[in-house]
Amino acid sequence: MISIASTLKIALRALWVNKMRSALTMLGIIIGVSAVIIMLAIGTGVSRKISSQISSIGSNLIIVVPGSFTQGGVRLGGGSQSSLTTADADAILRECSAVSAVAPMHNGSAQVVYGNQNWATSIQGTTPGILEVKDCGLTAGRNMSDQDIRNATKVCLLGQTVVDNLFGSMDPIGQIVRIKKIPFTVIGVLESKGQSLGGQDQDDTVLIPLTTAQKKIFGTTVPGMVRTIMVKARSTEDLSVAERQVTDLLRQRHRIGPTKEDDFTVRNLTQMLQMAEQTTNTLTMLLAAIASVSLLVGGIGIMNIMLVSVTERTREIGIRMAVGAKTWDIRIQFIIEALTLSMIGGITGIIIGSSVSIFLSTVFEIPSAVSLLSVLLSFSFSGLVGIFFGFYPAYKASLLNPIDALRFE
Amino acid sequence: MTLIETKYLAKTYDVGDEGVHALEDVSVKISKGEFVAIMGPSGSGKSTFMNIIGCLDQPTAGEYFLDGHKIGGLSPDELATIRNKKIGFVFQGFNLLSRTSAMENVELPLLYNHVPAGERRQKSLTALKLLGLEGREHHHPNQLSGGQQQRVAIARALVNEAPILMADEPTGNLDTKTSIEIMELLVQLNRDSGTTIILVTHEPDIAAYSKRIIRFLDGHVISDEEVKKS
Repeated sequence: MISIASTLKIALRALWVNKMRSALTMLGIIIGVSAVIIMLAIGTGVSRKISSQISSIGSNLIIVVPGSFTQGGVRLGGGSQSSLTTADADAILRECSAVSAVAPMHNGSAQVVYGNQNWATSIQGTTPGILEVKDCGLTAGRNMSDQDIRNATKVCLLGQTVVDNLFGSMDPIGQIVRIKKIPFTVIGVLESKGQSLGGQDQDDTVLIPLTTAQKKIFGTTVPGMVRTIMVKARSTEDLSVAERQVTDLLRQRHRIGPTKEDDFTVRNLTQMLQMAEQTTNTLTMLLAAIASVSLLVGGIGIMNIMLVSVTERTREIGIRMAVGAKTWDIRIQFIIEALTLSMIGGITGIIIGSSVSIFLSTVFEIPSAVSLLSVLLSFSFSGLVGIFFGFYPAYKASLLNPIDALRFE
Repeated sequence: MTLIETKYLAKTYDVGDEGVHALEDVSVKISKGEFVAIMGPSGSGKSTFMNIIGCLDQPTAGEYFLDGHKIGGLSPDELATIRNKKIGFVFQGFNLLSRTSAMENVELPLLYNHVPAGERRQKSLTALKLLGLEGREHHHPNQLSGGQQQRVAIARALVNEAPILMADEPTGNLDTKTSIEIMELLVQLNRDSGTTIILVTHEPDIAAYSKRIIRFLDGHVISDEEVKKS
């Protein structure tokens, strides 16, 4: 076999002679490769956005809500029972080794009034642990303290949306707001978390001490009742352990026999995250698969042109054979030619695809996600396309009988 | 010393039910350094014969020995190597690669013989110079006259120092004056470097330059005689 360098030179010359044809053939690959890159980038970008939204709720989070209430065969919805109490939350933190923080929640909505401004928002009675559970910091002021919980003090932490609507650009710390006509002192402002997956504004909230919510704002049917217990596991690995520990502890505390159903529900946010990730990954793969079809069509374009080229250049093949070209000399010549077409097309496609992805991500504010993997993938894929679709024409050329090839008109 | 020897060589083409016999029972011996003209009307089998002894085509029956080696049953790649090292071809239609310079056309046999680029260049320049094509190394075939193109083809046939040169109607596309020049070149080549030349032609004037004429008719050799130089 003659050297690759000489073969490459022959291939480049042959492609240069038919500039227009080569460019159009490459166009198929260019479109295919850029489509694959763009689709993968959009898919990965959307997937990352969703993940970050889910984890903004708080990572390694387990949510415990009361189970459904059954009376006379009528089952009410989840959370209708009042089976969870502050004591359950304390027990979880005390006894479950895989749990790092707990925040019992007793919430509802109410009008918040400041001066002549008012705003309807979600009021969440909770404990100081909430900030750790939700991975949330403060932009101003302080967190509530255990003493606030014990004494059921009238203090509150405001979400950014509430601050914007009631105070505008004023500093809210130390100001008095009224919730259900009861005055509360603002002690802190929560860090902004943006929209949740469902499009809910996570900053449209007011946190008050749990005991204050239970005794003064919403009341309770059972003393110490809470609507939700939010539990944070020590790590992602501990999540399933924590889930089991919480379930076992609550069954024991609520005296639920082995054959009875739980009177509470344990939800794992990471499962949701994984599910969402799985869904977006499937979508990404689907998009990439559709884009690959155009790459395949581009490959067929190469094969088509190479077959034409072999026929057109039958005489050239005959001359080369007559002066001593061997089977593989001819094969390699046409394979390299197809490979050159697909590789130049591939590289151009990568450049165009990456630029378009970056442009799209800026315009639509999707995180840019042109990964090295997708670049390598489409590059090697276009190479394979070249070899695969170049091989048959090359094989066909190499099987020509020299004398028939020479006589070809 | 015998260079080419055929024994009962035959070539049959399948056309419909009956085969067409292009060659039948052709037994010929050609020695090193000879200048042989193969003559005959078209369809007489002279080109088929040349293609077979040039290893471009395979006989359907009979044996062929080149330089003492049996050629029958060799693979296409082995035949390619023999063509590359032992035989140079000159065709009626020149058969140069278009859009490729004279020099690169001449370099082709060296390329497939794995000669390094520098040596390739130098050898092809020498061959072109020998054929009086100095200064035309970078011309493409369409920028050269018929005679010049045929001389590029002869340079290509010689560049690998092949001992045999086979010319199939080399002057068929040339005018009389250029034909004489090309034939004198071949005579000189045969005389000076001892290259064995096998020339296929149907023109007696051209055949007259050779030393021996083998005549074909309907696939048979009908005469084989020395040329009497007057």
